[in-house]
Amino acid sequence: MKYIDEFRDQKQARDIAKAIAREAHADRRYRLMEFCGGHTHAIFRYGVQDLMPDNVEFVHGPGCPVCVLPIGRLDEAMQMVETHGVILCTYGDMMRVPGAKRRSLIQAKADGADIRMVYSTQDALKIARDNPERQVVFFAIGFETTTPPTAVAIKQAQSEGLENFSVFCNHVLTPAALGAILNAETPVDIDAFLGPSHVSTVIGSGPYEPFAEQYGKPIVIAGFEPLDVMQSALMAIRLINEGRTAVENEYTRAVTREGNTKAQALVNEVFELRDAFEWRGLGLIPKSALQIRTEFSGFDAEKRFPVQAQPVSDVKGCACPEILRGQKKPLDCKLFGAVCTPENPMGSCMVSSEGACAAYWSYGRHRQKADQEGQSKGAA
Amino acid sequence: MCLAIPAEVISIDGDTAQVSVGGVKKEISMALVDDVAVGDYVLIHVGYALNKISTEEAQKTLELFAQAGMLAPDILGGQES
Amino acid sequence: MGINLKTGKVDMSHGSGGRAMAKLIDELFVKHLDNAFLRQGNDSASFDMTASRMVMATDGHVISPLFFPGGDIGSLAVHGTVNDVAMMGAKPLYLSAGFILEEGFPLADLDRIVMSMAEAARSTGVSIVTGDTKVVEQGKGDGVFITTAGIGIVPEGVTISGDRARVGDAILISGSMGDHGIAILSKRENLEFETTIESDSAALNGLVADMVKAVPQIHCLRDPTRGGLATTLNELATQSGIGMQLNESAIPVKPQVAAACELLGLDPLYVANEGKLIAICAAQDAGNLLSVMRDHPLGKEAAVIGRVVEDRHHLVQMETCLGGQRVVDWLAGEQLPRIC
Repeated sequence: MKYIDEFRDQKQARDIAKAIAREAHADRRYRLMEFCGGHTHAIFRYGVQDLMPDNVEFVHGPGCPVCVLPIGRLDEAMQMVETHGVILCTYGDMMRVPGAKRRSLIQAKADGADIRMVYSTQDALKIARDNPERQVVFFAIGFETTTPPTAVAIKQAQSEGLENFSVFCNHVLTPAALGAILNAETPVDIDAFLGPSHVSTVIGSGPYEPFAEQYGKPIVIAGFEPLDVMQSALMAIRLINEGRTAVENEYTRAVTREGNTKAQALVNEVFELRDAFEWRGLGLIPKSALQIRTEFSGFDAEKRFPVQAQPVSDVKGCACPEILRGQKKPLDCKLFGAVCTPENPMGSCMVSSEGACAAYWSYGRHRQKADQEGQSKGAA
Repeated sequence: MCLAIPAEVISIDGDTAQVSVGGVKKEISMALVDDVAVGDYVLIHVGYALNKISTEEAQKTLELFAQAGMLAPDILGGQES
Repeated sequence: MGINLKTGKVDMSHGSGGRAMAKLIDELFVKHLDNAFLRQGNDSASFDMTASRMVMATDGHVISPLFFPGGDIGSLAVHGTVNDVAMMGAKPLYLSAGFILEEGFPLADLDRIVMSMAEAARSTGVSIVTGDTKVVEQGKGDGVFITTAGIGIVPEGVTISGDRARVGDAILISGSMGDHGIAILSKRENLEFETTIESDSAALNGLVADMVKAVPQIHCLRDPTRGGLATTLNELATQSGIGMQLNESAIPVKPQVAAACELLGLDPLYVANEGKLIAICAAQDAGNLLSVMRDHPLGKEAAVIGRVVEDRHHLVQMETCLGGQRVVDWLAGEQLPRIC
């Protein structure tokens, strides 16, 4: 596969690893936060950490829209199906997330709720056209990468007069989340950020510049493949060594400074900022999420189907808030692996395969076993 | 987040296109991009093309990777396992 | 008047034991599956057994869509049970087939399915010797469900079982992973993509016979069906109380399967197969076993993909194509396409 296979080459990986080992100063640590869940997934799936020297560490960030969606919003979506009898269209990622009373969309479906998994907003529009007598709600989640497709769908629904179609909007913004991490009360021990690949394709590398400047941390926009992640780590290490707080772009084949202005314009046309939005694990963040503008309120599911969910607090002992900010590791959480597993997720970090805890459990559990064995051997 | 895959544009029909990823073909929407021609590569996400992929930049990036390789052996010498 | 295969549909009378059912059995099932047992017209089949050890297996088939590139529910039902019997090293002989038909199901489709079963049985060398038909009301079935059971004979001196893997053993697979699952997914609604990938559904008894003849002391055989290679390897690791170390670069995956998985965010290690097997044998037998497999049409892409290691946590681990390490975990529920 072109533009995929070349970026996974083992020999190149070893070479970049050697360069990293050479350029990372032995007398300090480098803590690099990969913001995006996709990067967390890639790091674990390919075992990138194993090619890094011991003093270079990846810290996993909150860039997983499934992980940060509050349980209350999922329950509101469920209410739309169960109380109002709509057809709920959703991306696959949301199907297994447990809501209140630990019930997921898959379980609601088993109970008879009309929930349909779709690959694209175009599929949701088709379902609306094919079922004119039913109400069809699209459960919109995602960062800036996934927002333009929702904007297109709303505009298309408007031009077609597809009145039985509406959108339950939960789109969130990356720079706001970045700000929340950097603004945390306890200052976070991160030396540089690896910026998200595909969010940046849409918003461009420009929006990160104020953060690099204000907080004094370099940001490298990293591509999606393991070689991109490694090369970006190398670029971050160089910036740290030089004491430069710049925004650099490793993913130049898909990211420019301005981004995709056509997509941005469409999003601005359909959506506006919410004053504040509750993020699971991160709390209330101002100006961090989008809602549908009044001109398109006819397609706003929140207006069409008033629902009210009870706020659900996270489980006691769950360390997600600290893990999302890079202050703790999955292993530091008492619930990890004991009560909390991918089959029975307690908090946001375990709920999606992109979450730090889920990735660590599924792909990196051997490190835990090895660590434990090492500890017990040391103690003996 | 944001699983997006490079795909080759095989044919264009108004606002939709047929793309191929390693021989697997899918119909996707072109509503978010302009100036895309058959033979170009685009990044696709949830059934939409998000951006064109720049061939020259891809090549430059691969060269950067290779550079890392060229410099490394000299310095490391005995450290290579 | 014969049954109306062109436009006829299954109705409740076909399951009620009366003349309509007798006609259906005669003019559709027996006509295609034709053998001495069925022609006797009894409710069961009787035969002599010469072996001391026998194997029996059963499989329910509920697949949707019923017809897919490379097969259909009928051929799948035959291959599936034949393979379960073969995975014990046994020669499959006889199958039974139970049909649960949904009221309204087109007889033309049923005819096609049973013809496909007959062909699968013929080319595999097994006979479907007894069967049953029931009809459920419209809405209570998915067109047709098929349950097959099969029996076979184990040759002398062969003990193949999932708990026999030993530290140091080699792990082999017979060919590319993920073909069946991707072929099915490509036809699922809301996911349509065009691919030339076909299901690999096939009967493996011939391949197994060759393997067992060359290496009678094979430790384990299993076909990685639902949940894919990863799930089956985890099952074997738990059963045998060992760990595994795999080599990702050694696992064959067809380019279009890899591409479809990229598109949907799936891992080919978890995608179903219906015509492949895993073999675990002593390291010194691996070379011989591999060449025997490669000599068979269904084992041309066979490969050694790893080895059995000591691990009290029974983890299946893998060296990635990048040279790093990862765990190949159990699946947490069905793998779903993702956006993230």
